[in-house]
Parts: sequence; structure tokens; C-alpha cells
Amino acid sequence: MFLKYLKSSVLGLTAFGMSAVPALAEQCTNDTWNKVMSRGKLVVGVKADYKPWGFRSSDGAIVGMEVDIAQAAADAMGVELETVAVQSSNRMQFLEQGKIDLMIATMSDRPDRREIVGITLPNHYTSGTNIMSPKALGFTEWEDLRGKPVCGKQGAFYNQVVTERYGVEIIAFTGNAEAKQALRDKRCVAWVYDDSSIGSDLSSGNWDDFEMPLASEDDNPWAMAVPLAEKDCVFGNFISGLTYNMHENGTLIDLEAKWGIKATQYLVDKKAQYADWIQ
Amino acid sequence: MLESFSDFFRELADQYPRWNFIFFYEPVQWDRIMKGLRYTVVLSVACVIFSVIIGVVGAWLQGSSNRFVRNTVQGYIQFFRNTPPFVQLLFFYFALGQFTPTIVGADGWTETPIISNVGWAIISLSFFAGAFNVEIFRAGIEAVPESTQEAAFALGFSRFQVYKEIVLPLAFRVSLPSLNNNLVNLVKTSTQAMAIAVPELLYQCVSIWNDYPSAQYPTMLLLFCSFVFLVGILVLGMHRWEQKSRIPGYGG
Repeated sequence: MFLKYLKSSVLGLTAFGMSAVPALAEQCTNDTWNKVMSRGKLVVGVKADYKPWGFRSSDGAIVGMEVDIAQAAADAMGVELETVAVQSSNRMQFLEQGKIDLMIATMSDRPDRREIVGITLPNHYTSGTNIMSPKALGFTEWEDLRGKPVCGKQGAFYNQVVTERYGVEIIAFTGNAEAKQALRDKRCVAWVYDDSSIGSDLSSGNWDDFEMPLASEDDNPWAMAVPLAEKDCVFGNFISGLTYNMHENGTLIDLEAKWGIKATQYLVDKKAQYADWIQ
Repeated sequence: MLESFSDFFRELADQYPRWNFIFFYEPVQWDRIMKGLRYTVVLSVACVIFSVIIGVVGAWLQGSSNRFVRNTVQGYIQFFRNTPPFVQLLFFYFALGQFTPTIVGADGWTETPIISNVGWAIISLSFFAGAFNVEIFRAGIEAVPESTQEAAFALGFSRFQVYKEIVLPLAFRVSLPSLNNNLVNLVKTSTQAMAIAVPELLYQCVSIWNDYPSAQYPTMLLLFCSFVFLVGILVLGMHRWEQKSRIPGYGG
């Protein structure tokens, strides 16, 4: 009896929440695509604290590899590009609410995320989980971290993974800067993050006493995302095609080199996989 | 009953992917919520106590005959009342945290500061709310009639005695409604401790909805309910106190 009552009240609440979500993919309304075209401006959510994928240049503009991809999308659509800085913990919400039209924000492609936003394939990049730790500690394997305090970033999916797998005690900060400062202040023994980002930090010369000592785990492709309702419509198909072409003609590999990112096997493999049979 | 309770929410999550009340059927997530709740309660209780002490002492020092003491209190109020608590937290933990003694861990590298992030959160939030409390108590003190104090002085009370025995008990009664407001705000401001990774309720909730995007709305609902409950207890207690300490014919 009680449950029945509870159920009806929760369902009522749910119906209220659901009404904002358009019917799924049965018919394409292409709302976002049409809005972008009539407005003449594509609003893309990118990272602003993730060098060199999305970061602020000295004049304050957001630049980086993913911003270049966003620019390519805007150019192909013949509209202007506007970038919005997003965080790991709000990027999907921004897309859902329509604050951004497209998200290219170093997001790992996870099954539960596919239920919330329209993740387009192919994936445009990949990264694994690793740590940056002081050379003095000489970690060699993940098990060395058991029970130790490790700084992390709110919103990263592997916080949970390493907690459950290795019993690491994650201290999660809201921003990368705070987390890395806490590592410098010796509040934790390591900083757990994407290996690609740690790699570029280490090569920046500001982290000479630190290293990335472990074997990367959970290699996880990154994805761009459009609103869920547009995934199988014009917008989603366009982004899929754009990403495919950027793999096929080597643009992504060029961009990687342009931004000084250590070359990943993933992009090379994808290029080979999508190679044109006529050439 | 409990079994069907969690089954109900598991079923609900299957039917409505945006309403995954995961903490009602996964013990791990439930433990996270409980842990967060404990930290929030500890933070709130400690900050409420310390901020009231700061308020009482500060208001007394404000009436000091020493100009230097008065100016110091004034400076403290201006600084803490006029700057965002979020920035204060970050500054206390990162900037001032550098100067506190540390204990070097067994690995020879980690340095555990003697004041933890929870400690800094309590200090910083207490000082923040304390600045408001000083002003609140001052208003209460000013409402105590001059003649009452003079009468006490005439009976041979010292300045401290007058403050402790006459002024403060009367001022407290006048201040309670505004104190109540400020303490309610303080409990809610404790969520900002998330900035320095204090694992309180908001921190745990954000972590859960980052791990399970489908649990976002339910977790937000849980946050609302928890704070309505926590603040409700505080307000109830304050009202009881207000009623008990009421002097017929004095004040509201």
C-alpha cells in the first residue's frame, strides 16, 4: 500500500522531469542543428584547464587540440565558433540544458554516459589512467598505493575504479590546479589522472621531481557528444562523419603533433583501420 | 520491508534512467552518503559552537576601552564579513596551511599538516560566521538599557561581571532570532568545504552523481531533504531555547 502510494508519487515527479526530454530518435526534429544554422554560431563546450587539449592561451582565449576540432566543425557548417569552458562535473548537464550545442571536453566514453548524452562514434582520442608521483617515493605498481592518500579530480570516472580495485584513498578536488597544488604541498602521494595530461605536465618542465611510474590502466576512448535526441539525426551523423574524416586523412595525428602531444598508437591504428582502399 | 524498499528503487531505476536512487539499494553508495552526513554534522556542530564563542568574545572586546583591541576586532569583522567564504577556505588551506608544522609520514615524503582539511574548514567557517555573530551580539548588547548597566555598576559589579551576568543574558535573548538566521546560513555554507576536499555531504553526492550520471536528480533531492532535516533540527532547538529563555515583558 505504502509502496504503491510512493510509486505513484515518484512517477508523478518523474513525469514532470521527463516532459522536458524530447521523444527519442523516432522522428528527427533537428532542433539543435537548426538553431545553430539560423543563429550562425556553434557553441561548443571545451575544457579550459586541460593542456594541451583545451586551455587558456596567454591572451585568455581557449585554445588546444579539441578547440581545433571544434573549429573544424564550425568551419564545415559555415558558422562561427563560440567556446564555453566546461568542467568534468557539469559538461553533460550543459549539453542537456542546451547551454552548449556540442561537447568536446576530454570525456571518456562510458556506457552510463551514453544514456545521458548523444555520444558519436568513432572516438576521437583515448587515454588511460596513471599517476604522477614524486620520484622519491619510487612507486612501481598500483598495489603500492593501497591505503595511501591520492589526490584526484571530482568527476573523473577512475576515482571509483582505483578506489575499488586498489583500496586507494582518493582526495578529490574540484579543479586540477587545486589537486596538483595539494600534491606539491605533500598532502597526498600521487595525482591520479589521464596519462595523456600527466605526460604533457611532465614535459612542461614544471614537474622535474615527479614521474609517471605505473603502467596505464583502463585505456578508455574519448568521445564528442551532441544532445541525445540529435544523435541519430543530422547533427550526430555530421559529427560522426567529421571525426571519421579526421581519422582517415590524418588530421588528428597532425593536430597531435601541432600541440606537442606524445603520439598515441590509437590514432595510428584508427588511420590504418579507416584507410582508403583506392590509394 | 527493507528488501522491498530497495527492490522498488532498483525497479524504478530500470524504468526511468534519470531516477536512479542508487544509494537506496547499493550499500557502498549508502555508506558514502552516511559518511558525508557525519562530516556535515561534525562540521556544522563544531562551527556553530566556535562561531558563537567568537561572537560572544568579539562583542565583549568591541566594548573594550583599549582602542587597539577595538580596531583589531573591527578589522577582523571587515575582513571575514566582506570576503567570500569559498576564497577564505582555499586561502586558509593552501596558503596558511604552508606555515603550519607537519608530521612526515612513514614513506618519508608525505607531510601531514597538524591541521587537516577538516580542521581548516572548521577554523575558516567559524571565523566567517563568527564575524557576523559579533555584529549580531553587538546589536543585542546595544539593546540592553544603559540604566540597567549603570545600576549593576552601582552595585559594585566589575566590567566583566556586568557583561557576563547582566548584559550578555539580556543581549542573548534579543540576538537569538538573528543568530538563528546566521547559524542556518552557516550550516548551509559548510557545503563549500568541498573546495578543499572535505568529504562532507555535497562532496559525496557530487562524487556519486559523477560516478553514476543517472543518479544526479535523486542525489540532489537527497541533498535538499538532508539539509531541510539538519537545518530543521537546528531551528527547532533554537526556537525551544528562545521560548525557554523568554522573560515576560522583555523584548518580543
